[in-house]
Parts: sequence; structure tokens; C-alpha cells
Amino acid sequence: MLLSPDEWGIVVLSLKVSGAAIVCALPVAFALAYALARGRFPGKVLVDALVHLPLVLPPVVVGWILLIAFAPAGVLGAPLAKYFGVTLLFRWTGAALAAAIMAMPLMVRSIRLSLEAVDPRLEEAARTLGAGPLGTFATITLPLARPGVLAALVLGFARSLGEFGATITFVSDVPGETATLPLAIYAALQVPGREATVWRLALVSVALSLCALVVSEWLVRRGPKGRDAHVL
Amino acid sequence: MSFDIAIDMRRAGRRIGTTFATDGGITALCGPSGVGKSSVLAVIAGLLRPDHGHVVVGGQVLFDAARGVSLPPEQRACGMVFQDLRLFPHLSVEANLRYGERRANPARGVLDFAETVRFLDIAPLLRRRPATLSGGEAQRVAIGRALLSGPRFLLLDEPLAALDGALRDEIMTVIERVRDRFALPMILVSHSAAEVDRLADQVVELTSA
Repeated sequence: MLLSPDEWGIVVLSLKVSGAAIVCALPVAFALAYALARGRFPGKVLVDALVHLPLVLPPVVVGWILLIAFAPAGVLGAPLAKYFGVTLLFRWTGAALAAAIMAMPLMVRSIRLSLEAVDPRLEEAARTLGAGPLGTFATITLPLARPGVLAALVLGFARSLGEFGATITFVSDVPGETATLPLAIYAALQVPGREATVWRLALVSVALSLCALVVSEWLVRRGPKGRDAHVL
Repeated sequence: MSFDIAIDMRRAGRRIGTTFATDGGITALCGPSGVGKSSVLAVIAGLLRPDHGHVVVGGQVLFDAARGVSLPPEQRACGMVFQDLRLFPHLSVEANLRYGERRANPARGVLDFAETVRFLDIAPLLRRRPATLSGGEAQRVAIGRALLSGPRFLLLDEPLAALDGALRDEIMTVIERVRDRFALPMILVSHSAAEVDRLADQVVELTSA
């Protein structure tokens, strides 16, 4: 498929934003999933609800909350600017943050399901064979949960590619900086005579999303014992 | 090497209590279903923590409620063969066998891998996954994995329950050979009188408290 240099730039930016989003989101998602799957602590129901909130909240609201928090005078924006000289507003890093938060529920869910499917009796067996808690985690828990972790990466990536509402509210539509595929498609739709661009970018979106779904399903099915847990 | 066990605990609303001392060999732990035989093994292995009592094996205190001693399972050097085997599904048979071997304390003298594999007749299985093994094969691999982990003693939880006639006999022979060859003290949970008669040097009857 032939894309113009501008369109290639949009695709590359989208991949960069989504990639950064899931790389940053993964450790957080894993920690949350582990706490929800294994932990017993007060307020677990509340944490569970908060994690799932981006799934049901209007994305515009998520974007607006981010905008308030990361504005130059915001509770997070002010210290970031003061101590690190970093601002996320109107930057691709802000787009990645918005995408990460919107992808979080999906990632946590996928990892949590795979962690819950790990039989704790196998971990006990590992302990009697001389492995400490960390060793057991690294050699038993993590490898057995791996399909879910990989599926979380792929699904989170696909979700990030499609992120629109929170992104446009938080970091606006800055060509070359925050204008990812959905934002660019929307912008092109506003201008007469750019239907061809819309078509091409929409086809790229469909292809990327389809790939991600197929890959994630394949990863989950290929897991140990061939258990057919679905993450969707 | 001897076991000196005193356990008192509540579990799922029931009281599990037993006190016994042995002097090596094979000790059979008997009693009706649900009386807590597997829980007693789990306590000795360090997977369950009783409310009161002590677990002393060969003079080493593994657990003592009064003195606040409780070694984690990985420091107890206990070769546990679970009733449900618990072979690691994502690892080959060889990697399962090596799992404990790699972590064994070399000072205690580790069994030779090749010799153990030959002894248990599991050499042809090394590259297979646990899911593809028959009941008797999986049982022998589980015993091998426990033996290779450099144990000071063995705990066998109904090693014959899931097997039929010929295989039972085969695994009983393996257990006898392990006893004679490696001189490891064992506690064996069993339901079957025939099994106990043939294998056990002493019998501990667990009754509901």
C-alpha cells in the first residue's frame, strides 16, 4: 500500500506512542493484576473498580482529568515541570500516557486472568524443591502466566492505537506530535477532498488491529496445557 | 535419622492433632479420609503452619511454636512427593528433575542424575512433557524429582492411590529400592493395608481429635 510521507509519519508516530504506552503500562498493570489476583488487602474492591474505571468512563472525562492534573499549575504538572523540566501537555509523551491509562483495564484483566490460572500448588512444589519466593515467581508463576502477559501487551498496543477521546482532550491534535491514526483520520474527515487519505489510514488501522487480535488469541491458545482462556 | 513430630492446629473448622516419634525407615501414616494426613505432611514440609507443636527431623528443629522457629520450605531439604504429583507443566521431564537438583545443597551430597534416572527407569522420558506421561511414569518422575533435590527425608502422599495393580507393585518396588539404596527416612501416607504391611517399619494411626 502506498502512503504519502505525511501518512507514513502518522503511522510511525502512532506506533511510537502505542509502544511507549504499553512499555510504561506493563509494570504497573502487572503489579495491579498481581495484587488483585493474589493479594488480600482492605479496599481491594475499590482498587478493582478504579482500575476498570477508564473502561466505562467517557474517554473525554479521562482526558479532562489528565488535563487538570498535568496542566502547568496542576497537582502533577507543577512538580514535573519544576523538578524534571518535563511537560506532557501537547506532547507525544502525553498521548502515550493517555493511551496507557485507557489500555490499563484491558491489560490488568488479561494478566490477572492468567495469574489466577496458575496453580498455587505448583508454587508449593517449587518451594519444597528449594526455590525461594522470588525464584518460584521467576521460574513457575511468571512462565505459566506468560501467555496472558504477552496477550496484555498486544491487546494494550491495539487499544492504544485506537485511543481517541482522552488523547484529543488531553494533548489536542498537534500534527507530527500528538496526531495519531484516529486523530489524523478525524482531522482529514473535516477537510473536503481528503477522502483518499481517510481510506488509506483507516485500512492501516484495520490491518494493525486485526493483526493484534489474531496474535493475542494465538498467544493465549498456545499457552501451557493448551488451556483456552479467552481474554476478551 | 528420626522424626519427632507434635502438631496441633485448626484447619477448616476441624482440629488436627498428632504426636509421634520414629527412628528412621518407613513410617506409614494411616487413618480415615479427611482426618488430616496430607495436612500433617504439609506441616512437616513447611507449607502449613500449625498453632502449636514442633517438627524435629534428625535432630534439626524445622518448626517449634514455643521457640518461634519456622524454617521456610526451601530450607527444610524435604523430598515431597505430592498425591497430585505437581510436575511443572511448562518444563520437560528433564527440567522437572533438574529443578530441585540445581538448588540442592552440594554439601549434603547430591545423587548422580544419570544414576537416578537409570535407577527409576525414566531415561526414555527425559525430553517429554509431563502431560504426555502415563500415571506410573509421572509417579516415577515425581519421585525422581524429590530424590534429586538433595533431601534429608522423603514425604510420600498416597504414592499408589492413582495407580492400578501392576503399577502399584512397580512403584512399591521403587519405594523399597529407594529405602534400601539411599537410606532416607520416609513418611508414607496410605489408605491400603496391603501397602502398609509390605512397606512400613512402623505405623502411626491418625484419629480425629
